[in-house]
Parts: sequence; C-alpha cells; structure tokens
Amino acid sequence: MPKSPSDRAAGDPYGRVYDLAVIGAGCAGLAGAVTASERGLSVALLDTAGRIGGQFYRHPDPAFGAVRPEALHHDWSAFAGLRRRLEAGDVAHLAGHHVWTVERQDGADTPWTVHAITGADGDGEHPVRVQARTVLLATGAYERQLPFPGWTLPGVVGAAGAQAMLKAGLVLPGRRVVVAGSGPLLLAVAASLATAGARVPAVVEAAGYLGYARRPAVLAADPQKLAEAVVHGAALLGHGVRLRTRSAVTQVHGTDRVEAVTVSRVDRDWRPVRGTGRRIACDALAVGHGLVPQIELATSLGCATRRTKDGTHALALDAFQRTSVPGLWAAGETGGIGGAQLARVEGEIAGIAVAAQVRDGAAPARDGRVRELRRRRERMRAFAGAMAAVHAPGKGWAEWLDDATEVCRCEEVTVGAVREAVDAYGARDARTVKLLTRAGMGWCQGRTCGAAVACLAAGEGPLFLPPSPERRPLAGPVPLGVLGSLDPSEPSAAPAAPAGPAEQPDTDRPDGNSGPRD
Amino acid sequence: MVGAACAYYAARSGLSVTVIDRGPVAGGTTGAGEGNLLVSDKEPGPELELALLSTRLWRELSDVLPPRVEYEAKGGLVVASGEASLMVLRDLAARQERAGVKNQEVAGDGLRDLEPHLSPDLAGGFHYPQDAQVQPALAAAHLLRAGRDSGRVLLRLGEDVTGVLKGVSGDVRGVRTASGDLRAPWVVNAAGTWGGRLAHLAGVDLPVLPRRGFVLVTEPLPRVVRHKVYTADYVADVASGSAALQTSAVVEGTPAGPVLIGASRERVGFDRTLSVEALRRLAAQATRLFPVLSRVRAIRTYAGFRPYLPDHLPAIGPDPRVPGLLHACGHEGAGIGLAPATGMIIARILSGGELPMDVAPFRPDRFKQASPGTPRTP
Repeated sequence: MPKSPSDRAAGDPYGRVYDLAVIGAGCAGLAGAVTASERGLSVALLDTAGRIGGQFYRHPDPAFGAVRPEALHHDWSAFAGLRRRLEAGDVAHLAGHHVWTVERQDGADTPWTVHAITGADGDGEHPVRVQARTVLLATGAYERQLPFPGWTLPGVVGAAGAQAMLKAGLVLPGRRVVVAGSGPLLLAVAASLATAGARVPAVVEAAGYLGYARRPAVLAADPQKLAEAVVHGAALLGHGVRLRTRSAVTQVHGTDRVEAVTVSRVDRDWRPVRGTGRRIACDALAVGHGLVPQIELATSLGCATRRTKDGTHALALDAFQRTSVPGLWAAGETGGIGGAQLARVEGEIAGIAVAAQVRDGAAPARDGRVRELRRRRERMRAFAGAMAAVHAPGKGWAEWLDDATEVCRCEEVTVGAVREAVDAYGARDARTVKLLTRAGMGWCQGRTCGAAVACLAAGEGPLFLPPSPERRPLAGPVPLGVLGSLDPSEPSAAPAAPAGPAEQPDTDRPDGNSGPRD
Repeated sequence: MVGAACAYYAARSGLSVTVIDRGPVAGGTTGAGEGNLLVSDKEPGPELELALLSTRLWRELSDVLPPRVEYEAKGGLVVASGEASLMVLRDLAARQERAGVKNQEVAGDGLRDLEPHLSPDLAGGFHYPQDAQVQPALAAAHLLRAGRDSGRVLLRLGEDVTGVLKGVSGDVRGVRTASGDLRAPWVVNAAGTWGGRLAHLAGVDLPVLPRRGFVLVTEPLPRVVRHKVYTADYVADVASGSAALQTSAVVEGTPAGPVLIGASRERVGFDRTLSVEALRRLAAQATRLFPVLSRVRAIRTYAGFRPYLPDHLPAIGPDPRVPGLLHACGHEGAGIGLAPATGMIIARILSGGELPMDVAPFRPDRFKQASPGTPRTP
C-alpha cells in the first residue's frame, strides 16, 4: 500500500508492514528499491554494510576524507543518481542489518518475515524482524577460489578482496602484486592496483581471450562492455602490465609470506604444461576465479536454480525477475554473474514488476520502458553467458594440486583427505565429502572451499551425482541467546510452503546440501 | 548406517553382499543425525533390549573401526528442572535399572561436578554411563569399508532401485536398477525413511513416515559440554506420536569443537524449509541448560527426516507376505544406536544362526489395519 508521510515519522522501522523488503543495497537492490518506492510502494532496504553501494560501489568512510572516491570507479554517475533518488525518497534504509533467514507464511496477508541481526559488528547484537508483502533478493556474489600449492601463505588475497580493500580503505595488498585466476574482473583489479601505485608484473589468466573472438555477434551487441575492456586494457598498457593468457599460478613461494610465484602455461582444459613454469618475484598475489551468486536465502526457501556456463548455480528467474517462489523476486548477480549495469537494469525491472503486483495484482503492462529494459537485459545476459563460457574452470585445474595442499582452510582439510573420501569411502558429492572430512564445516561454511571440493568430488560417469546448489539455512552466524530471545511464534498448523513447484521433485531426495553433524 | 551394519554382519557370517544406494554413503538420515547411542531415553521393552545389545556391539566395533569414527563412551546426563519431573525420572530410572540399564541419581548440587557449566537451578538428574556417541557418517563409511575389505561386500552408489524382481511364486529374486538386474535370493530393505517406498516396489505396505528434526551447530569451542545432556521432557517427546512441533534440547560437545543442539520433532512430510520457531525453541532451551552458550554463535543448522513407524518400533526381519524380502528400517531417531543389533539379527536370520533376542515385536507385517497408501496417525 502506498504509505503516508507519517509512516516515516513513526520512527519504528520494525513495527509496520512494508510492501517490499529489499535485501542488499548494491546496484540491483538500490535500483529496485528506488523504482518501487517512486511507484508508491513502502520499501525497506536492508544491508549488512553501513553504507549503500554494495561491492561494486564500495567507497571509503567519509572519515577517511577521500577527495575523489570515484577515481577508482567506472560509472560513478549512475551510482550517484541512485543515491540521490534514495535520499530524495522515503525508502527505509536499514544499514548494518545481517539477514540470517527469510521466512514465508503461506496464504498469510503478510507472507514474508525477514530476520536480521543488528549491532553484529560491536556488541549489543539483537534480533529484528521486518515484515513485508514481497521480497527482492539482491544479495550479489562472492569470489570463487580454487586452491593451489601455497595459496594459504600471507600475501595471497582474493582479487575481489584486493579491490574491496582498495575501494574501502585505499589500502594496497603489496607493492608488487601478481593478479591471477580467470575472469574479466582480473583486468579491472589490475588496473585499479596499478592506478593506485602498485607494480603489477603480470595478469595471469587461465582462459584464452580468443574465446571472445568466436562470439563476435555477442560482443558487438554490447559495445559498452567492449569500451570497458578497452579502458582497462589501455590502463594496463600504460602501466606496463603484461597479460598472460592460458597461464596459471601453480605454486606460491615464500616462508612467512609471498616472495614469488610460479606461472605455468595451461592447455585448453587448464592442465599445466610440464616444463613451462616461470618464476615471477612479487610480494602479493591477488587471485580469483570468477564470482559465485550468493543465493542461500533463496535456496533455503526452495527456489529453483539453474546451472550457469561456468559451473555455478544461479536463481532461475522469469521475464519479470520472479523466482519460482511466489512473492519473491531477485535481481543482479543472484540470477547469474553479469555486472553492475545489468544489475541496475534488473533491479529496475523487478521494482516495476513488484509495484505492478502489489498495486494491480498483475504483471506490469507492456510499456515502452519495460520493453527497453528487457532488451538491454537480454543483450547483457547474452554477453554474460559468453563470458561465463570463456572463463569456466577447465577440468584439468585439479592437476595444479598436490595431496598436501589444503582445500578447506577453516578445518585444515587437504586435497589428499578429500580424494581419500571419494576413492575409498564412497563420497560422491560435496556434502558427503564434508561429512567424512569436515571440509566446509568451518567458519566460512564452505564459501571458500565449496567450489573446489565439489570439483574434486565430482567424478566422471553416472555413478557421480551432479553438483547441487549449496544449502545454508543460516545465511550468517546467530548467537544462541539472540536466537532464543526471538518472540515465540505459533507454528503454522499446515506445513509451511512446500515452496515453489520447481522444488517438488527434489524435496524428498536425501541429498539436501545442508551441513551434517560435527 | 543400518544398511552398512546389515552388510557388515552378513559378510561376517560368510554371505556375499551388494549394497545399493541411490546416493552417496550416509546420504540420508545417517548424514543428518547426531550419532546418539542411547539407552537412557528408552522405556523398558523390546527397543531397550535392542539398544542394550547394540551398546555392547558398538563397544566391540569401536575396537575394529579407526578412532576417526569418534566413538565416545561419554555417558548421558538427564536433568530435571523441578521436583515433579525428577520424580518421573526416578521412576523411569528404577524400571530401566531392572532391565539392565546402569544409572545413578545426581543431586541438584552435584550436577555441576559432572557438568560445570550447567545452570545452577536444576533440581537434579540421572547419570547413564552406558550412553555413547559416534560420528554417524564416518561410522557408516568405515563399517562399509571394513565389509569391503573382507572381500564379501560390493558397493554400488548412485543407483536407484526401480523394481523388485520376483519369481513365479512371488518370492524375491533380486532388484532392478538403471544399470540392469541384480539377482539375489534375499533383499534387505534398509532404506530408512524411504523404506516404505521400497516396500511398495515389492508390493507390500510398510507405513514409514518422515519425522523432521533440526540440529543447531555452534562455532567450535573448547570442551564446555562433557556428556550428552538433555532434559526429562525429551523422553516424553520421543515416545509421543504427535505431528505438531515438539522440542527438547539435547546438548553435547564434539571432538572437533562445535556443540550440537537437538532435538525437534514434527511431521511435515519431506519439507526442508527452515523452521525459525524450532530453532528459537532449541536455542532457548539449550541456553537455559547452559547459560554460557548464550553468547556462542550458531553457524549452521540442518534438517533430517527420522523414519517413523506408528508404534515407534523398527521393522526388523522377514516379511511373511513376500518370501525373500527382509526389512531393517523405521528406527526413528535411534537408527545409529540400534544399527549393530539390527545388522546382527538380519545376518543371523539369513545364515540360520541363533537369534540374540526375541524379534517378534519388530515383525514388519504388524501394521495390518490400514489400506495401502493412506497416511496413518497412531
């Protein structure tokens, strides 16, 4: 329902029912929130961080006194526009809210309850609930890591992490930084590092960029992406950075921290080519192998997913950004990695669609704006799909590993232990490997090692299970005292939501990827 | 776990065994359990008898299996918050003692000698030294491994059984899977919560229903909980047949550090959706028992589906309706604990050996009144 100005003045952001709760204040969430709000909906925008912008528009605390935070960003004006609209409107921005689960009550007038913890960064944590008629998930992505010998040495950082450090705190991970892994993010990271004053002796990319040349139509359809690449490319050339494609860091050297890396040529399947190793001196390594959609809030609700071309799981969405669960929308990276521009477009489509649903109970009329947005989305999704195919990890990457390499850093589980669980004890998927080795049971809940463990557990042939999206019913840690002090709720008489229809065939498979006992 | 135990004991009796599972090892309820090996929560009767036999067999197995299976004879501590529930406990403990269960009453002020972090305002409790714990997925995997090392157990994972083969007189001749027929004179249904479905493939009715449970897992801690600690309410909840949500905290530490908090029970079909209310109650009850846990974070939770039969007893033994078909399922929340005794009974039946106990109460055809396919409630 359209809200009155007095709602905002009421002060208690938890004592009311919103038309829409948006989770994540990055590009997609911001666009969705302001669009829906401008169309008359009452909107709550929840985010873990203290400031809007998400990962892409991460910027320093004003206390840093950065004069031009936008120097490290492309497209800052688009963000500034969203920020202006947010400030002008009356979206309830709930910063510092760690959402740990989203609950759906079938058939209720207010079907959604978003459970979050505030104050988690200091003490005084307490639970809050935000009630809403609809939910837009815009929780973004996290970086995929593939292990290699030495990757646990201090000085090895995530590529996205390095960029986040730079954007948020203007801190460099080292003075001489090799950037490695796979994906277009590497070029952006290298350009940022070089611009901020680091030496970048090499960008090491496991895929071949020739893959793009095989898809000229897709490339030509998205000139802005090409322009971005040209900008990064020019920046890199200007700083004397060399791009080595079909290469990978196969070993890190150093005792207390990184002193050098070995870069080897790899074949089309990312198998290292013997005798091609070359040592490059450096004091830091920024490494990442693409991004993984962060969708655990949705998979806990039983949302249908799809497998992307680079082997991750993304939410299956329809033309109006609807998930398979009624009343739940998603936009941006949760539907597949595609970048900030795509996230803005999808956020806007979702905002329009939710507004139409709440006000008219129907999908939006086919106005020109929606048509235009959808055209842009299709173009960018096609480009993203091509990109995912080019940078999909090759099957041979596991040959970088030796049995002593740690896969799960939290629980200190080695490659050898994972292989033993598969070869000798009947593990056939990441969940069983976790049960038998503890890989993925630690603090990060498999966000770091999950992709690697799934690859190592996935053998060839029909006897192996296809990887399933990871389930993490708790999207973040919750103190027991906080959990126990929630208001009691009557358990619904009927079992809650056998979620969307897409979940049905799967619900009684005994392979829910939840964590097991410790 | 039950299937692994059946295979292990059958192989030790000289039989050759093929274990078929549609998933990986421990992919069903075994992988979602806490690994309770309890005698303390059982009323005197056939299930307790089975549990006492299993307790002895688990001790033997702990010498055969590597330490990695985390077998711990840690003992259980059942606590009562007030005088009334302490009376109930006292009565149960006396009857259990006559059935062979060791236990000892602990006064309210003595509880903290056993569990230093317990809340100081409990009325008292009972200590059960025979209660133990194991890491169930590792135990199942290693038991299968031990069977395979004997050369008599074959493991076929990721294969769905799509039919039960029968001879002209209706007797079992093996099973059908996507990769072909497997011929065998005996088929043991150890499909746990999915055991009703396998029975259905064989043309008989076995009313196994899922009873969902959530477990909360904390961040790793130094040892703050030494025993398996639970409240007197747990015994009543286990014995109840209600479909509604019931929770009674069972709190225990693990060698790896995290504390596990069970146990909720509700019959909602195979629905994995998180129940915030179940977690809230588990957390509230656990922190009431151990106030020190209130600042500790839960980092994970998971749901599992106990195989529930209406009279809370498993189905163990031959099915007189289909010669050659045996059942070993429906152990509800006690399958890990009861697995070795179940496996031994199945092996003795198959090899014609002497049965270690009277198995009549576990007859699989004891649920006669309902028509096939209708869900029952007790």
